Amino acid sequence: MQRKHTLFALAALAAVATTGLVTGCASRPTPADLDAQALAMIKASFRDQGIAKVDRLNQDLGQAACSADKPPSDDVALRVEAEALASIRWPAGGQYIGDWREGEKLAQNGRGMTWTDSSAAPSANGAQCYNCHQIGKQEISFGTIGPSLYNYGKMRGVKDVADPDSAPIVQYTWGKLWNSKAYAACSNMPRFGHARLLDEQQLRHLMALLLDPKSPVNQ
Amino acid sequence: MKPFSWIVTALALAVSVGAPAQQKSAADGIAEYRRMLEDGNPAELFEAKGEDLWKTARGPKKATLQRCDLGLGPGVVKGAWVQMPRWFADTQRVQDLESRLLTCMETLQGFDAAEIAKTGFDKGEQATLAALAAWISAESRGQKLALPQAHAEEKRFFELGKRAFFFRGGPMDFSCASCHGEAGKRIRLQDLPDLTKNPGDGIGFAAWPAYRVSSGEMWSMQRRLNDCYRQQRFPYPGFASDVTIALGVYMGVNAQGAKSIAPALKR
Repeated sequence: MQRKHTLFALAALAAVATTGLVTGCASRPTPADLDAQALAMIKASFRDQGIAKVDRLNQDLGQAACSADKPPSDDVALRVEAEALASIRWPAGGQYIGDWREGEKLAQNGRGMTWTDSSAAPSANGAQCYNCHQIGKQEISFGTIGPSLYNYGKMRGVKDVADPDSAPIVQYTWGKLWNSKAYAACSNMPRFGHARLLDEQQLRHLMALLLDPKSPVNQ
Repeated sequence: MKPFSWIVTALALAVSVGAPAQQKSAADGIAEYRRMLEDGNPAELFEAKGEDLWKTARGPKKATLQRCDLGLGPGVVKGAWVQMPRWFADTQRVQDLESRLLTCMETLQGFDAAEIAKTGFDKGEQATLAALAAWISAESRGQKLALPQAHAEEKRFFELGKRAFFFRGGPMDFSCASCHGEAGKRIRLQDLPDLTKNPGDGIGFAAWPAYRVSSGEMWSMQRRLNDCYRQQRFPYPGFASDVTIALGVYMGVNAQGAKSIAPALKR
């Protein structure tokens, strides 16, 4: 008898809870509802313009995982990083280093990929580096979103880029430029190789800017 | 010589004069430049034009905008700007200043709102909107942002705006938060306000519309957001589209209590 009563009370409670939930839904959308509504709103609000098409709103795993005010869970972050690491294409013939002078020009150049740019080809793009990083000491107009890269190679003990001792930092730097998300799932840095923003030769020039002992960055 | 190109020269001078070897934020130069100009913000020219346009009978219906309801009742302009975007019962929408002006220009004056929304910035009736926004925001100068959040749709738009703010996309993986999610950051020498909280009086949402010295143009908040998205490498946001209005709610509510200096003067 007592058990019956309890069951009845539970059922009544459940009914109240369900009703409450339904009413709650009608008056206030759940976070998941809002996620879906925001996505629909974003898709409906943009249109193609020049090279900037609406397919730029289609998020991949990492973009979706890093689109909240909180970072993703550890296992999602690890998945993003693993995918990014697997995406890295290492340079043809093991040639990592180009000309730091060309690298400096690219680092200064903040152009490319907007709807007012006529071409999305890497040759039309700058590397944007000074927008966010200090690099060469002589350039005082630098951003602070990323860490300072002044003395990048020197501080890491690179005396000869061809020395096998330098290989780990040389490879890490290439990987970071190719797909920054390999080492930090929600890095603010664009994926210059992976997103085809820069080609291999341009990346080699940036590598030289950062790692060549003769580069002003390492003086 | 471009009109106002002297201003660019003055700004360059203001920045260079006080900037020796040490790193210096552009804000110092801008502040110095503001002091040099004192009461001479070219935005005033647009304010005067906007006030005139508000009171002039125009459009197919040859009517003024003096019965336009910006949220505080028909024709009330003072204080309206610092309470927008907000919910409007007649349109059943949350609207920012520009989308509300489109409604008024359509219903009162007989203009085609969709046509104006499709028009390029500074062309045709878009120039009208920019001038109106300059004047209307000036009528709330010095007032504190006080966006209403009582209506369920206003709350919902805040939540949608927050999600849009953090939405990463495009070839460079940028969101609004990439640049405006942390205090004390810069792009080159340009200070970046943290728009996820109140960045302070006259900063961020409390500074637009503004006169842009570098381009010699009057920019409404809609245009400011449009250029943010261009630099984010996103596709093109529709003028007065929901994403732009939701972002306005998010930034405005975050900056609640900040004093508006619009129309401000920007580099």
